[in-house]
Amino acid sequence: MTQTFYLLRNKAVPDIDRIEVYEANQGYQALRKALKEYEPKALVEMVKASGLRGRGGAGFPTGMKWSFLPDDGRPRYLVVNSDEAEPGTFKDRELIEKNPHLLIEGMIISSYATGAREAYIYCRGEFLFGSEQLKRAVAEAYQRGYLGENILDSGFSLDIKVYRGAGAYICGEESALLESLEGKRGNPRLKPPFPAVAGLYGMPTVVNNVETICNLPPLVENGPEWYRSMGTEKSPGLKIMSVSGHVNRPGNYEIPLATPLRTLIEEYAGGVKGGRQVKAVIPGGSSVPVMTRDQLDTPLDYESILAAGSMLGSGGCIVIDDQTCMVAVSARLLKFYREESCGKCTPCREGTFWMTDVLERMEAGEGTQRDLDLIRDMADNIAGKCFCPLGDAALGVVVSAMKYFPDEFEAHVTEHTCPMGARLYDTVNH
Amino acid sequence: MKPEWELWAQEAKAEFPKANSALLPLLHRIQSEEHYLSEDTIRDVAVLLKLPVPYVESVASFYSLYYKNPVGKRIIHVCVGLSCALNGSDELMHHLEGKLGIQEGQTTPDGEVSLLEAECLAACNLAPVAQVNLRFVGPVTEDTADQLLTGEVKS
Repeated sequence: MTQTFYLLRNKAVPDIDRIEVYEANQGYQALRKALKEYEPKALVEMVKASGLRGRGGAGFPTGMKWSFLPDDGRPRYLVVNSDEAEPGTFKDRELIEKNPHLLIEGMIISSYATGAREAYIYCRGEFLFGSEQLKRAVAEAYQRGYLGENILDSGFSLDIKVYRGAGAYICGEESALLESLEGKRGNPRLKPPFPAVAGLYGMPTVVNNVETICNLPPLVENGPEWYRSMGTEKSPGLKIMSVSGHVNRPGNYEIPLATPLRTLIEEYAGGVKGGRQVKAVIPGGSSVPVMTRDQLDTPLDYESILAAGSMLGSGGCIVIDDQTCMVAVSARLLKFYREESCGKCTPCREGTFWMTDVLERMEAGEGTQRDLDLIRDMADNIAGKCFCPLGDAALGVVVSAMKYFPDEFEAHVTEHTCPMGARLYDTVNH
Repeated sequence: MKPEWELWAQEAKAEFPKANSALLPLLHRIQSEEHYLSEDTIRDVAVLLKLPVPYVESVASFYSLYYKNPVGKRIIHVCVGLSCALNGSDELMHHLEGKLGIQEGQTTPDGEVSLLEAECLAACNLAPVAQVNLRFVGPVTEDTADQLLTGEVKS
């Protein structure tokens, strides 16, 4: 199977992270075309026409987000969210490490379209190599005249700065990211106002995910009709799915949206390890509800996954085999949210702490019937009661796992042990 | 305060002149030399950037990659996220704890190695994955785990 890559071109072209290789493979041609043939407003219209949706998780239409910027003469910023830390998601890391010029080219086009003269990449603190790659690529782009004053004689000027975070999942939430970029603790802001109106340094700001911006060069090159030739009416185009867990070939796969989940797992990722069966799949990063084996024929587009009770989210697809305990899986994810809660809102801070505690004791065989009600009650007290989505995100897997695998949760408290043999669980404090 | 810190502060402020955006980059740069941020260092940074000491302390304590206490020259982060856990990260952690004779979260008595848990490192394709001084290593098997302890790493 020979695939034409548009985003993960590094899979076909080695060393495309170097500017001369990138240029030799049509790199920065889309930028030339955008600056020469399009007015900024026409580019915004093109993005709207393409139906491109934000790839960070929310799936909000990108062109619409751009058009929320008020036209009031204040300076505008583009901020790229490269704070990738949602368990199961690792696409942005591959893009910035292996194909950084695609992002930079996309950022220049996006800044031109939205009227930003300054752009930032907020790179996760743990991505030391990724941030080095970005800084090197930005410096190369300056040398070749793609950044700085009067880019390619267009009259358009842009500076890009690479900013490294310092370890905090919450900074992937756009308003917390902006706080962090301003040198503060990464606590989410109250919305409204949204970043489009009052974002970085109080100015109108567009915050977009790395993968979203990487769609810009191929989109300008090939046009919105091409983009719409893939996927569905409401979910057009390409998506990178990160597949991990119990599969033979974990990795990033670039697919047309609406590719069946089964195709992704069996054909792209080589099926489940050891010839075992799928028990559950978390299709869109750890914050979304699980899907079950009988839902594998669901097409991977925003609407179909939603109809199946989950969300496409960031595209972080974690495959869980039939020998794995769903209480252990839930406990492990709750622990993540407990660690990463910023502590601002009581329901999230306390709720994730106690839910982890209860799930860990169930897994250790010390749970009681009452704990099952306690989990439901705590979930109910977190849901919709926090400033930002982190609290709700913590609930997706545990609530759905209790719905689809009630016997498993029940067995932990009636048999006072893990019926799956606690294969995954031995770092608990119990 | 080291004499070069003043220059570093100026460089950070020149690159990120608005709000307090110079703070995180300056903390990163100083910690990469000092290995951790002592109370004195926090005070110095506050002076350099003309910020209140409690503010700098509050920001530094928010982020997991700023260390308040001395850490080893070699910092091993073992990812314990779900995808890594499904692929044996707990066993890997136990193996390293046994080899080093310390628990997760501790530093060897000679100050050489710190063993820390990391939440998902966004490298689930390399599960179980680890970082040595923030450089990715993975997938780590029991056979290759010793490379985390002795293998050459870039700083």
